[in-house]
Amino acid sequence: MHSPKHKPARGPIIRRAAIEAFTKLDPRRMVRNPVMFVVEVGSVLTTILAAQALVGEGEASFGFIAGVAVWLWFTVLFANFAEALAEGRGKAQAESLRKARQHVQARRLSERDRHARAEQVPAAQLRRGDLVLVIAGDTIPGDGDVVEGIASVDESAVTGESAPVIRESGGDRSAVTGGTRVLSDWIIVEIRSNPGETFLDRMIAMVEGAKRKKTPNEIALDILLAGLSLVFLLACATLYPFSLYALETRGQGAPVPITVLVALLVCLIPTTIGGLLSAIGIAGMDRLIRVNVIATSGRAVEAAGDVDVLLLDKTGTITIGNRQAVELLPAAGVKVEALAEAAQLASLADETPEGRSIVVLAKEKYGLRQRELANTEARFIAFTAHTRMSGVDLAGREIRKGAADAIGKHLKAKGGGLSPDIQALVQTIAKSGGTPLVVAEGSRALGVVHLKDIVKGGIRERFAEFRRIGIETIMITGDNPQTAGAIAAEAGVDSFQAEATPETKLALIRGKQAAGHLVAMTGDGTNDAPALAQADVAVAMNTGTQAAKEAGNMVDLDSDPTKLLDIVEIGKQMLMTRGALTTFSVANDVAKYFAIIPAAFAGTYPDLRALDLMRLHSPQSAVLAAVIFNAIIIILLVPIALRGVKVRPHPAAALLRRNLLVFGLGGLVAPFIGIKLIDLVITTIGVA
Amino acid sequence: MTAHALLQCGVYVVVLVALAVPLGGYCARVLGGEATLVQRLLGPLERGLYRAAGVRPDDEMDWRDYTGAVLWFNLFGLLVVYGLQRLQHLLPLNPQELGPVAPDLAFNTAVSFASNTNWQAYGGETTLSYLTQMVGLTTQNFVSAATGIAVLAALARAFSRRRAETIGNFWADLVRSTLYILLPLSLVLAVALAADGVVQTFAPAAEVELMRAATGPEGQVITQQTIPLGPGASQIAIKQLGTNGGGFYNINSAHPLENPTPLTNVLECLAILLIPAALCLSFGKIVADRRQGWAVLGAMFAIFLPLLGLCVWSEGQLAPQLVELGVDPSAGNLEGKEVRFGAAASALWATATTAASNGSVNAMHDSFNPLGGLVPMWLMQVGEVVFGGVGSGLYGMLVFAILAVFLAGLMVGRTPEYLGKKIEAFEVKMAALVILLPSAGVLVGTAIAVASEAGRAGISNPGIHGFSEVLYGFSSASNNNGSAFAGLGANSFFYNLALGLCMLIGRYGIIVPVLALAGALARKQTVPPGPGTMPTHTPLFVFLLAAIVVLVGALTFVPALALGPIVEHLQMTGAHP
Repeated sequence: MHSPKHKPARGPIIRRAAIEAFTKLDPRRMVRNPVMFVVEVGSVLTTILAAQALVGEGEASFGFIAGVAVWLWFTVLFANFAEALAEGRGKAQAESLRKARQHVQARRLSERDRHARAEQVPAAQLRRGDLVLVIAGDTIPGDGDVVEGIASVDESAVTGESAPVIRESGGDRSAVTGGTRVLSDWIIVEIRSNPGETFLDRMIAMVEGAKRKKTPNEIALDILLAGLSLVFLLACATLYPFSLYALETRGQGAPVPITVLVALLVCLIPTTIGGLLSAIGIAGMDRLIRVNVIATSGRAVEAAGDVDVLLLDKTGTITIGNRQAVELLPAAGVKVEALAEAAQLASLADETPEGRSIVVLAKEKYGLRQRELANTEARFIAFTAHTRMSGVDLAGREIRKGAADAIGKHLKAKGGGLSPDIQALVQTIAKSGGTPLVVAEGSRALGVVHLKDIVKGGIRERFAEFRRIGIETIMITGDNPQTAGAIAAEAGVDSFQAEATPETKLALIRGKQAAGHLVAMTGDGTNDAPALAQADVAVAMNTGTQAAKEAGNMVDLDSDPTKLLDIVEIGKQMLMTRGALTTFSVANDVAKYFAIIPAAFAGTYPDLRALDLMRLHSPQSAVLAAVIFNAIIIILLVPIALRGVKVRPHPAAALLRRNLLVFGLGGLVAPFIGIKLIDLVITTIGVA
Repeated sequence: MTAHALLQCGVYVVVLVALAVPLGGYCARVLGGEATLVQRLLGPLERGLYRAAGVRPDDEMDWRDYTGAVLWFNLFGLLVVYGLQRLQHLLPLNPQELGPVAPDLAFNTAVSFASNTNWQAYGGETTLSYLTQMVGLTTQNFVSAATGIAVLAALARAFSRRRAETIGNFWADLVRSTLYILLPLSLVLAVALAADGVVQTFAPAAEVELMRAATGPEGQVITQQTIPLGPGASQIAIKQLGTNGGGFYNINSAHPLENPTPLTNVLECLAILLIPAALCLSFGKIVADRRQGWAVLGAMFAIFLPLLGLCVWSEGQLAPQLVELGVDPSAGNLEGKEVRFGAAASALWATATTAASNGSVNAMHDSFNPLGGLVPMWLMQVGEVVFGGVGSGLYGMLVFAILAVFLAGLMVGRTPEYLGKKIEAFEVKMAALVILLPSAGVLVGTAIAVASEAGRAGISNPGIHGFSEVLYGFSSASNNNGSAFAGLGANSFFYNLALGLCMLIGRYGIIVPVLALAGALARKQTVPPGPGTMPTHTPLFVFLLAAIVVLVGALTFVPALALGPIVEHLQMTGAHP
């Protein structure tokens, strides 16, 4: 996980959460959470009963009823506090984002020309398709694509990253985000989103949780919890007529007090998970924001946990971005220094990372200093898709470098050709997964540069973990199958697709989905958009095009494709945390029965004391202890809800065994101990 | 528990499983429409039935049509039984000239037999004509069981299909279940029972000389006894096999002509669980993963065996109060039991008949010790999913499996899935309904009964045991078992209506959500299993499933049980008066 880049202070968040715990008591809000709404109704009911006991004849002593009422209120407040705490972080971040948006004026252009007539309009009035000029020092007024110019942009307001980035027209570096600032030069931006729909708006809504819709699993769990609550409501409500009947046939004792029934109900309904459910969801989104990923919906995050196929672009995800020259292999009779010199000359004007790596290799390994060619008569030949070569014409020398077949053709035209030893070198490099680049001077090939993909450190172990938890990794690359196979083997992916095109990517995703798999992928280019739209979880790079960002359901602000792995973990963690707390909550009920049932009927059926395994002090202390335990456990579990249970790279069967042991068995045993301890404490200090 | 009792139970379980394996495979073939030997014999009959009814068996139905067919067919059956009872005085085959059955009792009986409950608020010999018994009740014994199998077949198919709209044809499932499963099995069992002395004759009632003259209520000397006879074995066979339970004689399989020998006792007892156990294995075959069938069966045994142990142990004890009176405790609690079976075989039957929603008895559950009586009651309350009714027990258990998968499945960090189908909001909603409705019937019904005059009027044993009787009655009706604790005067307007409603809710309030579930599951894509999938065939899952069933059943009913059998037991054994 990445370290958080925005870290709001804890103190104010806790203070604000404490206040919000009370404002959230509004029944119109509470009714959205049926379990906690039941507790609130119970709190009101017992409060009224306490008041009745205070002023007149109550069903039990005022102290007892008031004690239960107070702890029921605490139960509700604790749950509200947990939710407010989870929301707190997001709120603080949303505020700083809002500041970035305020009072921006835009220069709207009448046509796509820097010198066209410009009018000043507030950013909020910009529509899709408007052209705006942004110059150094300006804040970019809205999301869009650079259509002209190049500028360095400070995106720290959105990404938290202070190093400026380059944005220019054309290609995959054209997207700009509203709220970021141009530091130098100028750009013309075509606005791509209407007011209220911008990335910043979406991000604010997301972190604030204002638009947070319940995720599918959350809805399913809500239904289950409501169903359980209803069952327990029936079990508790029917106890009253049962106890009346028992009373009548026995002629001793008293009907079970409403306070006890309410206490029993609240203890039985799954308040632990009911109270923490929304906090778990919000905290999950927050963890995502902390690794600098913005999801368009919670549904997408949850789907990330279900993903079982990861499509990973080779470049940038599995390998460190670009191929690097690692070795120079001269042809027979050519000195390696001569080859190094030619290769360096051919690459001096080549600003691609591959080109630069050749220059660096020549300098570091073969001691050639970088030469200044500005004042010489050098003519640089740029790479074109047609010739697929680049090079330099210098003082009568004609140096070229390029793929073997391209150079072969070039040499043939000059009456030469590739010698067998060059061809052998090319073969060897290609077989090892490298890319051979032939360097030629005149009509003669001097040798071969070995370009190699460098697999990122630690990625192999990461893929092994994914395999253990049942996620298949597929490497996508434009390389030929041979090269792709070698890198795939080195990186330890499960399979690869070589010579991938946007169409083959789309077909691959569709094929996997038809077989029932859920597919995640990352992408940044416009040609990735169809595949991103098809994938179940699609992470677009923030540096990518607007089209890619719109097609994806998440945006990675750091533009780090490896982040997909974090996202999957966060998705899983959200589900696991919910499952763990649900199991814990339900398992807790057993002990509560043993505490409350004997206490409730102590008067009518003293024999039921035999069920009081915990040997609690008195019926009243038993009920109170159960209620207090029920409230306190919520607060104790807040850290787990917010942090999430630890995700371990184990297969499902092992995870289930482990979590059942911890949360199932633990949930069964913990309340026996907890209730007994609380009973001891409250009897010692004389509360009950 | 004695070695003898242990041996009895052990042999029972081994034979049951040994029979369930081949039968499970056979049922799966029948439900898949595959040709079997029996089909070659009865095929013309099957096709004739389709032609007569204008049904094309290959026309698949979506879940709405399937549900519609189930409900219309059951409503029709209900109305026929109701009509036969109300009009039996005008119809033939009524030699005793019995009058029309009262509307409330007729309603209760019609619902009872349509819903495979076979709760008997009437006294058979004295209320219903031969026509009503034969055409009404016996027909329902077959088709209500076949309805259960059909609904199960639809659900099993839904799991095995992907992106499908249809879940089978109800008429085909109904006809095949009846002709190829229930009919041949009943035939075999009936012959076996008759061979060992169960009554099977069209002869009139026999007049026999008593070995010792008795004295009547008015002081007259009685030397002769009338023993009612009839075609018993054939009806007893389907009563046991179809988890019906309505006896040929009023005292059911405690009657010496209904269940004369230890051998017939074993056969009848095996017949109770045979089809429910076999269908688990059929399910595994239909979903193309036999381990899943064994897992579900394993979970059923995991609940059944400890409870069987508890019940057999409890009935092996004699109440301390009776020991003080000098009763020999070595034979256990024999009150209300047949001495030719003994305490263990009676406890085994009681556990089996309530685990399955059969409800036939060979002893009076009312006379069991408190814990022995708690076992049958609680087995019904967990929703009749431990074996349960023919078909219905398994579909109930599968709903619990869905619930178990959902509860624990989240813990592996994926949307829970069962047999490759993702369990989402709709499935959870249906599962919650299936669990909620019968529980509501038991608790609300009992509450109304003990709180109302009409309800209390039927309680014969006042006090705690009276409460247990009412609770037992509503548990039995709401879960379509039909077993009675006795002691409850259930033929009153209140109980006929209340228990009738509970039976309706317990049957159709489950069938509809289960079929809706089937529709939703069939439409879903199937997720291929991988290391990230929570396995549902391991011992851990078997344990989990059993634990969820027990936990839900316990959490729902512990308060009520505490006020009934539990406090009874504590009072019997404890120091308190």
